[in-house]
Amino acid sequence: MTSQAAAKAAPPARKIDWSAYVSQLGALGVLVVICVIFAVIEPAFVSTRNLFNVLRQVSIYGLLAVGMTFVILTRGIDLSVGSLLALSGLVAAAVYKGGTGLLTAGTAGQAEGYGLWAAIGAAVGVGLLGGLLQGLAITQLKVPPFIVTLGGLTAFRGAALLFSGGQPISTFTDEYKFWGQGMIGPVPVPVIIFLSFAALAFIVLRYTRYGRHVYAVGGNPEAARLSGLNVNAITLSVYVITGFFAGLSGFLLSSRLNSAEQVAGVGYELTVIAGVVIGGTSLFGGEGGIFGTVIGILLIGVLSNGLTLMNVSPYWQQIVVGLIIVFAVYLDQLVKRRQ
Amino acid sequence: MDRHSALLWMENVSKSFPGVQALDKVSLHIHAGEVLGLIGQNGAGKSTLMKILSGVYTIDSGEIYYNGQPLRIHNPHHAQELGISIIYQELNLMPNLSVMENIFMGREPGPPIFVNRSELERQTRAILDRMHMNLRPTALVRSLSVAEQQMVEIAKAISRDVRVLIMDEPTSALSEAEVETLFEMIGELKRSGVAIIFISHRLEEVLHICDRVTVLRDGKNAGDVWVKDATREDLIRMMVGRSLEQFFHRDQHLDDHAVHRSEDVVLEVRNLSRRGNAVNPAAVVLDNVSFTLRRGEILGLAGLVGAGRTELVRAIFGADRRSGGQIFVEGREVDIRSPVDAIRLGIGLVPEDRKAQGLILSLAVRVNMTLTNLGALTRASFVRLDEERRLVEEYIRRFDIRTPSMEQRVVNLSGGNQQKVVIAKWLMLNPKILIMDEPTRGIDVGAKSEIYELMHQLAVNGISIIMISSEFPELLAMCDRIICLAEGRVTAELSREEADLETLMHYCTLREQVVSLNQPEGVKTL
Repeated sequence: MTSQAAAKAAPPARKIDWSAYVSQLGALGVLVVICVIFAVIEPAFVSTRNLFNVLRQVSIYGLLAVGMTFVILTRGIDLSVGSLLALSGLVAAAVYKGGTGLLTAGTAGQAEGYGLWAAIGAAVGVGLLGGLLQGLAITQLKVPPFIVTLGGLTAFRGAALLFSGGQPISTFTDEYKFWGQGMIGPVPVPVIIFLSFAALAFIVLRYTRYGRHVYAVGGNPEAARLSGLNVNAITLSVYVITGFFAGLSGFLLSSRLNSAEQVAGVGYELTVIAGVVIGGTSLFGGEGGIFGTVIGILLIGVLSNGLTLMNVSPYWQQIVVGLIIVFAVYLDQLVKRRQ
Repeated sequence: MDRHSALLWMENVSKSFPGVQALDKVSLHIHAGEVLGLIGQNGAGKSTLMKILSGVYTIDSGEIYYNGQPLRIHNPHHAQELGISIIYQELNLMPNLSVMENIFMGREPGPPIFVNRSELERQTRAILDRMHMNLRPTALVRSLSVAEQQMVEIAKAISRDVRVLIMDEPTSALSEAEVETLFEMIGELKRSGVAIIFISHRLEEVLHICDRVTVLRDGKNAGDVWVKDATREDLIRMMVGRSLEQFFHRDQHLDDHAVHRSEDVVLEVRNLSRRGNAVNPAAVVLDNVSFTLRRGEILGLAGLVGAGRTELVRAIFGADRRSGGQIFVEGREVDIRSPVDAIRLGIGLVPEDRKAQGLILSLAVRVNMTLTNLGALTRASFVRLDEERRLVEEYIRRFDIRTPSMEQRVVNLSGGNQQKVVIAKWLMLNPKILIMDEPTRGIDVGAKSEIYELMHQLAVNGISIIMISSEFPELLAMCDRIICLAEGRVTAELSREEADLETLMHYCTLREQVVSLNQPEGVKTL
């Protein structure tokens, strides 16, 4: 009797329900295991230089994946990020180098354009606009996200080709190249940008009202609507967010390669979606998060880096990544069925 | 009349599901060329019985004789081979295929792989002509009206040499003229020796078309009568007849409640109408519904499936569009276009299906509970987690929600505790009006009485509640007033004193609008 009363009076526990994080933690476990295996087989893998190298290689994918996580959390998908990235990169390069004759003119150090910040602003602006258009098509015209962004995948690539007349825009000043190639201490600049945005997105999804709403809309759109959430506005916003990251990444990639290419980012959408899914974010919405996405993207980067160090053919690497995607989701289903 | 002369004879058939005895020793029989009505309230066991006959469920115990031979129906394919066909309320046709392709789906004439279309058309035409159905065999099903699609279902059954045809609420989506056509078709089938089981809430139609009626109540037989010997009132009496004892009694609380209840009208609905549903854009879903709700009152909405109860409250809440009518909150006309508007006006909705509409199952109890109220817990876009945890803790304790932790995902909670989470979510907003659609559906007896007690407390504290329930005794026990709906119309408004099971059933099965309560005997049948 007394124990019963005591049990009832005890404050409800705040114990975390780990079942919500199984997928993300599983991905972390796999990452750790793979790193240990590589470290044992190939000691060069664990050098600081190599680890930062891995991070730099995945930073563009990582930025896109941060945006993609928002979209996938709402049950959506964005296939257009690679194409939008190429278009944004070209716009950034063109703005930086100046308007006319931009395709033939210009070698390093001869900038006559609108300056670095205008270039970054233009790239991000193109990304935001592209995302907004797609978001409007999804929420107002009610066309499924897969179809809208499949259209975007083709159309933005076409726009990139049209804009550049089929030619890359290359060779920038050091100021421009710094963002993709520079280092602050031992840390590559794109890595700092990637991790900063990942941290910001982590905080937004976890601690803000907006973040809650993203999970709610993805978890059950009808219940979210009946709870007074503006489902359309939230859905629209996540496509603007992926657009932002596509724009920013477009600039960073052109800076890193010292060239804005029309074929930049081809196939990136699939790698990015793979990273998000391996990281435990459910394609059915409402489950997952940025922590898992960072792990998932790192997993892809580490695999590719380690296998390269071990002289495994890149063709094999693609097969391995493909198998891991299916295996990760299979493991997830297995755990969920148990519950 | 015995198991050897009847076409179909079911005796002492039982079927249970985890926690529910859906059918308890039910018996039913039918002869060739007979039309049998099958009636009962929601949850009486009609659907389970139908699904046993059509091979979807197998029975736990009991006997089935078909043509005098004992048998078990193993699966839907087996049922079809035996000549038992069922036409569900939601028709099962392929909209993008033609009439003839639908009728002979999976049994197309001609050699394998290739379909002999002219033979298909010829055979289809033969059936359509025999039944005097004015349909083109090559017309796409998509382009047909609901009544015509139903004809296709009937033709499909005939093409399979149907001997027992089960029709579930076949008239619910039809106009008067179409009902007449359907009845002629039923007559035709009857003459050709088909046995028909006609399931309907429309008692006039049952009395008109059937030879005999079997009544179910709470999964048991509640009567079997010849239509020529039965009246509408007899049928109603058989359908209800349950004691109230198992329910929470609000009567003992009502005295102190009356002190708090006032005559202030909190909500007034005038001539609310809605046309069009998923199947039929012209269907009348709500027809000039008007009512008032007073402060601290529990108002019941009674009605059978398809009466428009859920549609009515969703229209008030702004979840569905409406085609006409006015809504007044505290005397002021309001324009509610979305749930956001309704919430701003202090209206909350505990929806019918808590898993599909009320909760985000993949998220924690804490997140679900504060979802509508998050604005009050937010500073500069950030959720104040300490404040949120404190509030959630308070509500978990106040409603005695049994969960190992507030971080538990709601999918892992029992039905009753899930429902309490939904209710808590709305109460955090301090609503003026709380709409509760089937608040006790699918939850255990203990949790039910806790929810009744909670509703009573809310009313005492001045919150006005609109309660929908398919369980009439529950409405009678809980509500101050009850409005009966039938086919989108208000058929009666009953005070606590006027309402009893039979009166409710009478008004909920009424087809034509009856204005005065004083003359229930004066109702004309079809």
